[in-house]
Amino acid sequence: MSAIGLYVAGTGPLHRVSAGPKLLGLLVVGVALVAAADPWVSLGALVASLLAYPLVGLHPRRALGVLRALWPFLLAIGAFQALFGAWEEGLRLCAQLASLVLLANAVTLTTRVREMLDLFERLARPLRHVGVNPDRVALVLALTVRSIPMVASAWRAAREGYRARGLSGRPHLLVVPVIVQLLRMADATGEALVARGIDEDTRVRVD
Amino acid sequence: MLRLAGVSHAYDGRTVLRDVTLDLAEHRIGVIGANGSGKSTLARTLNGLVLPDTGRVSLGEWDTRRHAKQVRRRVGFVFSDAANQIIMPTVAEDVEIGLRSLRLGREETARRVDEVLERYGLSDHRDHPGHLLSGGQKQLLALASVLVTGPEILVCDEPTTLLDLRNTRMVHRTLAGLDQRVVLFTHDLDLLPDFDRVLVMAEGRVAFDGAPDDAVSFYTKLMDQADGA
Ligand SMILES: Nc1ncnc2c1ncn2[C@@H]1O[C@H](COP(=O)(O)OP(=O)(O)O)[C@@H](O)[C@H]1O
Ligand SMILES: [Mg+2]
Repeated sequence: MSAIGLYVAGTGPLHRVSAGPKLLGLLVVGVALVAAADPWVSLGALVASLLAYPLVGLHPRRALGVLRALWPFLLAIGAFQALFGAWEEGLRLCAQLASLVLLANAVTLTTRVREMLDLFERLARPLRHVGVNPDRVALVLALTVRSIPMVASAWRAAREGYRARGLSGRPHLLVVPVIVQLLRMADATGEALVARGIDEDTRVRVD
Repeated sequence: MLRLAGVSHAYDGRTVLRDVTLDLAEHRIGVIGANGSGKSTLARTLNGLVLPDTGRVSLGEWDTRRHAKQVRRRVGFVFSDAANQIIMPTVAEDVEIGLRSLRLGREETARRVDEVLERYGLSDHRDHPGHLLSGGQKQLLALASVLVTGPEILVCDEPTTLLDLRNTRMVHRTLAGLDQRVVLFTHDLDLLPDFDRVLVMAEGRVAFDGAPDDAVSFYTKLMDQADGA
């Protein structure tokens, strides 16, 4: 399972709040944590974020999944700061990052992508006056979310093919087949967008 | 009626469709032929994904070159690899996005999505990520996402090539039950007996056009000749 969660059905309190207030809340917490710039406040926020999972009806396993994906970054930041004698700074940064990612994950787990896209579309609407098409903004965001499992599956396929041929080590050799596979998928998806009438074909010339 | 008139097409100077002229009016039309015989290219001309170098493809008054949007709205397309066709993160959202351009309003959109998910047995998966469905279910989702927009004709390019026997049968049953006209490009000769008309493609031409059993024996003979020669 990927660490970045998509919507899980549920009836908890966060599920009942709409996307706007949740994202606003996330923004406020983020700004507050950065403004406070205090290791103990950040640590408190981290503990609170962890406790929030069971409180809003999300399995604690999901919170642990996020931490598992993050720990190399946390370790690197912590080690870097400790090395330069600023362990408090390291603690603050790590706790800030972990708590914000946990909260952001809780938002995506309790918000349908459709709802999130509608919100972005509404937010992007004023940009229409400067030539931005809100529908396309929403579509690009959807495709970005969609591409996460695509990258994962391309990577898995390339690694399996590599291993099946009795090869091992040198993971950089997988980069080219993964990119080729991703380009192929992107091309096919682009074609499907056109076929489904979601994206107008720019190749077609009106003559 | 879907009509091809003198359609030829080349990729980088290599001709893959040679002067194809067809009227496609039957309820169920099958197209078979060896790999590389031009089936996918022909399929893609039917909704303007490929614009032929010469000749014209039209649906009634609409022409794929000048009215691509109108043609695509009426000619739905299903690819072999449904995974690439699934765009949105969840099953219901994927069905829904194709409806957006029709601007039906929230309630009508939701009603149609529910109805189509129910009809294709995907209701239990509505909030699941599409890419986690089984191969057959992915193909059903691709079908549902296309059919929800109400096309008159469905073009399927080898929709069961990646599926096992059980999923293949599931997709076949679904295709057989459709009210829409279907143009099915396939290597699966088993499904053709009930069809109204079957074409055999060979080297970019329509080499045979007629009843299913005659088409299958023509195709078999053609492959035997190629082996024997
Ligand atoms: N986008 C493309 N660019 C270049 N050559 C292509 C492209 N698509 C198909 N071809 C070539 O055109 C020929 C016919 O391909 P296709 O229409 O896919 O046949 P089929 O579906 O019957 O296997 C093949 O030789 C193939 O390699
Ligand atoms: Mg093909």
